[in-house]
Amino acid sequence: MECPKEIVLLMHSYFDGDLQPEGEQQLKEHLRSCAACAAHFHELKKTVAFLQYAAHVAAPPSFAAKVMEAMPKERKTARLRRFLHHHPLLTAASLFFALTFGSLASSWGERGAFSVSADEHVIIRDHTVIVPKGETVKGDIVVRNGSIRIEGTVDGDVTVIHGKKYMASAGQVTGEVEEINQVFEWIWYNIKERFNRALQSIE
Amino acid sequence: MYFMDLFIKKRIKAIQKGDQNAYADLVDLYKDKIYRLCYRMLGNRHEAEDAAQEAFIRAYIHIDTYNPEMKFSTWLYRIATNLTIDKLRKRKPDVYLDEEVGGTDGLTMQAQLPSRETSPEEAVESLELQETVQRAIEQLPEKYRSVIVLKYMEDLSLQEISEILGLPVGTVKTRLHRGREALRRQLGHL
Repeated sequence: MECPKEIVLLMHSYFDGDLQPEGEQQLKEHLRSCAACAAHFHELKKTVAFLQYAAHVAAPPSFAAKVMEAMPKERKTARLRRFLHHHPLLTAASLFFALTFGSLASSWGERGAFSVSADEHVIIRDHTVIVPKGETVKGDIVVRNGSIRIEGTVDGDVTVIHGKKYMASAGQVTGEVEEINQVFEWIWYNIKERFNRALQSIE
Repeated sequence: MYFMDLFIKKRIKAIQKGDQNAYADLVDLYKDKIYRLCYRMLGNRHEAEDAAQEAFIRAYIHIDTYNPEMKFSTWLYRIATNLTIDKLRKRKPDVYLDEEVGGTDGLTMQAQLPSRETSPEEAVESLELQETVQRAIEQLPEKYRSVIVLKYMEDLSLQEISEILGLPVGTVKTRLHRGREALRRQLGHL
């Protein structure tokens, strides 16, 4: 028996949930009278039930962790922002340090003019301060953006910023000798200086 | 549902700003759905896990292209469906099975192949029934398989399926009909 094609279409409309009342009536009547179509419809219903029954599957337990592990590295700024957000005290502290050291570090960048704190008993030639043989400089010497060659004696500390110090074999420094060529050294030097100055002002 | 949508929107905004942790919440929310889709499409747990993972990573990488007009789940489903279809195409060289056979109302050779003999007694066992259903789905050409899986495994509306696959609802319906008919030949006698 050849049934009208539209009967099968009606069946599928039924499964799609958009069967109109007239269609429903037509399908019902046909199924009552046609065993082949009734069987067909029953099989479809069973098929759909099997499909729905088989639906439940869950991801393996470690799935989410594996995904997050396999993720591309996130932008650094995002990580930093989140970190700062979660650690407000650290943020305040790091802000303080950034401001304090930042200004110092940037003043390091300004390569100022050559200067020397002592001018008695020294010779200055091409950004090099020379303490001549036999001469004695009383007091500390600070050389900025230049070098120092010590052939005589310095009765105090010698500090060279952005430069080199050369000691002749006969040269003598009674105090400390320091070369500052790194930013952090420069910062440390400034902190010491400021601290000393602060102490002096208190005294 | 409103609360859920808001939650998802917030997560997506955070992810778009580069916050990877916000994505973990979305993975948790959708992992079962996406894994299930991949498993039903590919029929193999190992491959399904790889594909689902890849889908989530793709979604994360392309999060900037996500259009908030669309449901996030729809977008994820689209990525995962396309990915599994790609994998299926690469996997099987017997593409001819997907070709339409003349005069059979759009049914393919695949759908007309006799079902593997499974006696009803065997299929009564629930696990075996699961297996049988899965094997039957795997016999479907991919274009019917995707609509059947999205409709019956993921329980999505025809409208959502049409958005996921980028097809008119009418086409989705036609594919569903053919998919159901092909499955009926395999499962209807159980």
